[in-house]
Amino acid sequence: MNRLARFAVVALSLVSVVALDGCRRRPAPTTAPPVNQDSIDAADRARRDALEAERLRMAREDSIRRANEGAGPVDSRDLMGIIMEPVYFDYDDSALRGDAARALDEKLPILLSNTGLVIRIAGHTDERGSSEYNLALGQRRAASAKRYLVERGVADRRITTISYGEERPVALGEGEMAWSQNRRAEFEVLSGGGNLVRPRP
Amino acid sequence: MTARSRYRVLALLGLLAGAAAAAEAQDTTRGVRLGLQYRPGIQPGVVVLPVGGPEGDSIRAIISRDLENGDRLRVIALDDSPGARTGVPNYALFARLGAAGLVQATRTASGIHVALHDVAAGRVVEVEDFPLRAAGLSRDWRWGVHGVSDAIEQWITGTPGIAQTRIAFVRGASLFVVDSDGAGEVSIPTVAAPLSPAWNPAGSLLAYNTYGVDSRVVVHDLASGRSRAVSSTRGGVNQTPVFAPDGRTLVYAHACEDCDGSDLYSVGIDGQSQARRLTVGRGSINVSPTYRPDGRRLAFTSSRAGSPQVYIMDADGTNPELLTTFVFGEASYQSNPDWSPDGRLVAYQSQIAGRFQIKTINLGDRTSRQWTSDGANEDPSWAPNGRHLVFTSTRTGTRQLWILDTETGRSRQLTRTAGARLPAWSRRQLAGR
Repeated sequence: MNRLARFAVVALSLVSVVALDGCRRRPAPTTAPPVNQDSIDAADRARRDALEAERLRMAREDSIRRANEGAGPVDSRDLMGIIMEPVYFDYDDSALRGDAARALDEKLPILLSNTGLVIRIAGHTDERGSSEYNLALGQRRAASAKRYLVERGVADRRITTISYGEERPVALGEGEMAWSQNRRAEFEVLSGGGNLVRPRP
Repeated sequence: MTARSRYRVLALLGLLAGAAAAAEAQDTTRGVRLGLQYRPGIQPGVVVLPVGGPEGDSIRAIISRDLENGDRLRVIALDDSPGARTGVPNYALFARLGAAGLVQATRTASGIHVALHDVAAGRVVEVEDFPLRAAGLSRDWRWGVHGVSDAIEQWITGTPGIAQTRIAFVRGASLFVVDSDGAGEVSIPTVAAPLSPAWNPAGSLLAYNTYGVDSRVVVHDLASGRSRAVSSTRGGVNQTPVFAPDGRTLVYAHACEDCDGSDLYSVGIDGQSQARRLTVGRGSINVSPTYRPDGRRLAFTSSRAGSPQVYIMDADGTNPELLTTFVFGEASYQSNPDWSPDGRLVAYQSQIAGRFQIKTINLGDRTSRQWTSDGANEDPSWAPNGRHLVFTSTRTGTRQLWILDTETGRSRQLTRTAGARLPAWSRRQLAGR
């Protein structure tokens, strides 16, 4: 075995243990040291993924705590802004990313405190892919966002879903900058949007 | 046997005799073949003689362009006609110009009289009177002239042309229909912004779907202008309708409000019946169906194995199988199938280097072939002759409809106003002649 490679792996493993310790104590990875570059890359990816997952989890906890403490929005307008904040998706995917779950977690207490609030979620896609397939994909994204909220206590009948596929982009042009903004679910208040009650702790 | 068909047989015999005589003197290196025998890959030269009388120039121009667009004949343009409009043409002169056939049209009280000359044989081999009653240069009138072009192409090649067909498409938030030569474009009123139009086999109905709020599949009657919603599945997305070959039912895709996937449903076109689910997608996306011409099988786009691919199954939803080939683990995206009218090929779009290109796959040996590489090319739809494809292309910088001849590889631009997409080519017999 290449001595240098083994050293690199061990060094990387140590770095990841230290990094993880920085935010939360966890058992050190127990996998045997990999021997080739691919394995090193994989280990590196796994480490970054673990850090990112941890960061997201803590951020979500923070936002829930903030929402519960009432430290967030102070008037109806801000609450409406939170409700209407879009969530974003990866290419040809309707799974909720960390940032999407966070955005939904911010909406959740407002929806739970304002039972008269009825919303519509519209799924959108970027321009890549078949426009016919994309219409179905947009529906799937809207359904994915709705399910998240319903599973956390929002009444099913308060949320309807539709899809615009790739027909209504918010950002024009080619490239990931535009595409990433267009892969979204938008939130529209259908009724009960006046005088929103601030969520209580 | 009618007198008319007896005449056709005699004419055909004469045609073959003429072709056999001419075959000996052919010079294939110049690409010019004399004689009216048609063979695929060879384009006999044809001269359309000047037409006298009202709208004569337009008739000549439309027929010439139709024959040219058919890609099976080579229209020889003449600045000045070296022969009389009536009477016996100077065959030797036309032969020297490379003409195998002469089209001689004259106006009559009720329409056009057309004679087809076999230059090599030096005589008339077909004559017919075509009524042309609509107001000169109107859309219906042009439609009648397209019918003349198709008859002429049938006389020469044995197969009718595709001039008298129409293509439905979407531009912006509107539905349009255009003649096969790009003229006579009209907009069709819709109940909301339309997508994915489809013709019924008789050409009398157009189905399309709306999207967003209250997405539904609508059938529009071109003669009466009336429309009705036919999708019985409520909410979510109802889209990509396609008529069954019997014209009585259609298949469309429905993604329900709360489910992950989209499945194919079959429903009667009367707007009264309940849709029946065909696919069991288990949360995958299944859209864009197309029937095999015999109505027994369907091709469609599905994400059931990950990336979107084209699948085929029995019309009742059983026996699904992957049609397009892909390498597992590789980014691959193939969709929007359209089954050819002869049943041999399925056209579809395949993502290559981030852009869609038009491909066909042979159902016999499952070999595929790529037809485009310039710009992004999508939404293929077969002409009724199973030879030409209309599709969306960005090759000029704007989204336009183009027509490709899969025999010669030649393509021509159909639309000139930006934004045209989702074309659907009609079958041959259209209502409202």
